[in-house]
Amino acid sequence: MNDNYSVFSAASVRRGAEWLRGEGADADVVISSRVRLARNLKGFPFVRRAPRHVRERILAIARERLLNADLTAVSGGSARSERMMWVDVHNCDPLDRTLLVERHLISKEHAKQSLPTKGNEDATPAPGSSPGGEPRGVAISVPDERLSIMVNEEDHLRIQVLRSGLDLAGEGGAFDQINAVDDRLEGLPGSPGLEYAYSPRFGYLTACPTNVGTGIRVSVMLHLPALKLTGEMEKVKRATRDLSLAVRGYYGEGSEAIGDFYQISNQTTLGKSERVILQQFERDIIPQVIAYERAARRVLLEKRRRVLEDQVMRALGTLRYARLLTPEEALSLLSQVRLGVIMGLIPDIAESTVNQLILLTQPAHLQRVIGREMDQNQRREARADLVRQQLSI
Amino acid sequence: MKCDKCGGEATVHEVTIRSGKKVERHLCDRCAKGEGLPVQSQSVSVTQVLSHFIAQQAAGAVAPFAGPPAEAAKATQCPACGTTYAQFRHDGLLGCPECYASFEIQLGPLLERAHEGGTHHVGKVPRRVSGHALPPARPHRIDAPATPPRPTPDERARRIETLRKRLAEAVAAEQYELAAKIRDELRQLEAPATSAAPAPSKDPGQAKPGGTGGIGGVGGPGGAGGGAV
Repeated sequence: MNDNYSVFSAASVRRGAEWLRGEGADADVVISSRVRLARNLKGFPFVRRAPRHVRERILAIARERLLNADLTAVSGGSARSERMMWVDVHNCDPLDRTLLVERHLISKEHAKQSLPTKGNEDATPAPGSSPGGEPRGVAISVPDERLSIMVNEEDHLRIQVLRSGLDLAGEGGAFDQINAVDDRLEGLPGSPGLEYAYSPRFGYLTACPTNVGTGIRVSVMLHLPALKLTGEMEKVKRATRDLSLAVRGYYGEGSEAIGDFYQISNQTTLGKSERVILQQFERDIIPQVIAYERAARRVLLEKRRRVLEDQVMRALGTLRYARLLTPEEALSLLSQVRLGVIMGLIPDIAESTVNQLILLTQPAHLQRVIGREMDQNQRREARADLVRQQLSI
Repeated sequence: MKCDKCGGEATVHEVTIRSGKKVERHLCDRCAKGEGLPVQSQSVSVTQVLSHFIAQQAAGAVAPFAGPPAEAAKATQCPACGTTYAQFRHDGLLGCPECYASFEIQLGPLLERAHEGGTHHVGKVPRRVSGHALPPARPHRIDAPATPPRPTPDERARRIETLRKRLAEAVAAEQYELAAKIRDELRQLEAPATSAAPAPSKDPGQAKPGGTGGIGGVGGPGGAGGGAV
């Protein structure tokens, strides 16, 4: 048992994230698979309408259960999940919060200083609590960081399992793990555990009715540079939207696609079982998109090789010689280089190096790697230096 | 028809069921007033009453924190957490699990639109399904996998125990609305085996236990039973 491991340690920051390792099925196209469940405790108001002392109580109840339910026993497959690490997000340094967002362990909303709690008169902090922010936290399985559970986000609990590659519905896949975690949090009737808000008609009750029912959100992050180059991305977007799925960018909700990374996720949660939603993803939709992307890559290689090479090499050239880089530019150039590496056009760079840089060029990771806080301009310099050094000939 | 009391023209007709027997009363306006019965002027049509009722609802929905939950305003404010339907329309967030029961009528079509026709949960059911926030499923549900299994005597005993505990907690926390729901559920569980299980019933006219009995009995869904029109 490694009790000293921390998500925030320099070593883990440098190592990158599990979901960005480029492992698992179809990792040439699928970056990562994510399943999340929204859950609320019975007998409590939802987070936004709960007075502070109630949110503190929810936090305490959830924390106790998350740390004692032996959740890492059901991590499935790899045994790299040793224990749950708890982070009081409201007491967290802003940079550490951003780090958690960049590692996809908490949402942007959860990282914000304070939640909009309109009409909440009971805002006086309880004794012993931090006046810094609204009581909220996250439990993370370490060192694998596959499982994370946010407490007091929009719902009392947001359970998430994040895996590299396409790894959703298969045995021991993301859904099996999250389902087992959900069971363990609940415990058996008559033994300790959480009681969820549930109704036979509406299913698991959530603060926002768009999540009610199964409370499940399945999302897959795809790298689709060839479809973008051949102009077929719009077709994919239209097709997925017709299936009432959402297509988002790298940074999730409200973000535009940067670097040809797209997240596809389900929009409906009521009236369809978890298995049906997962099957729709893993059996019907994602394999089709993967096949399109691979076909487009083949066409590029066979018919427009020079154009493809030109684009990839220019991207590599910029990364190798640039003196200033914004995070968006770095991400979009790294996306091109990743394509080149996967297609065998750039033999001297490992895919893992590119994947790691995708994370290390983001603001909080960059500052942790360099070891000091920097303003935006300093970061642009440091980012270019880091990339140059990592991709040097 | 003649008034039972004075023999004048009866305008108010009341039918009640007392200990299983139908009791009818026919009274004129004056005598009905004397008996404390609501009297409507004859010129008021059903449509007018309805539109008045809807207007009342709408007014409640627009004004935030519309007073104490009167019979007509019930659907505009959740009695458990005080969230108004207008607040929900404003930020898209409900206040508490009970809101789903409070706003069930408005939420139904909204959810159907948001979930591509999905109206009822299908899928995982929690292990602890004691004390539902809502009354048992509507009779017309057909999604078998989502229905809780009929409890064994052991489970029943356990559920009764947890419900009793929760009832005490709810009362201690002055959550009377919740307490009432738990109490109803307890009664249902403790009743003789025939009516105990909240199992899916194919009988569309499932009688509500504990009710004083009404006329007809095949009310609309939701079971709220609006006032007499």
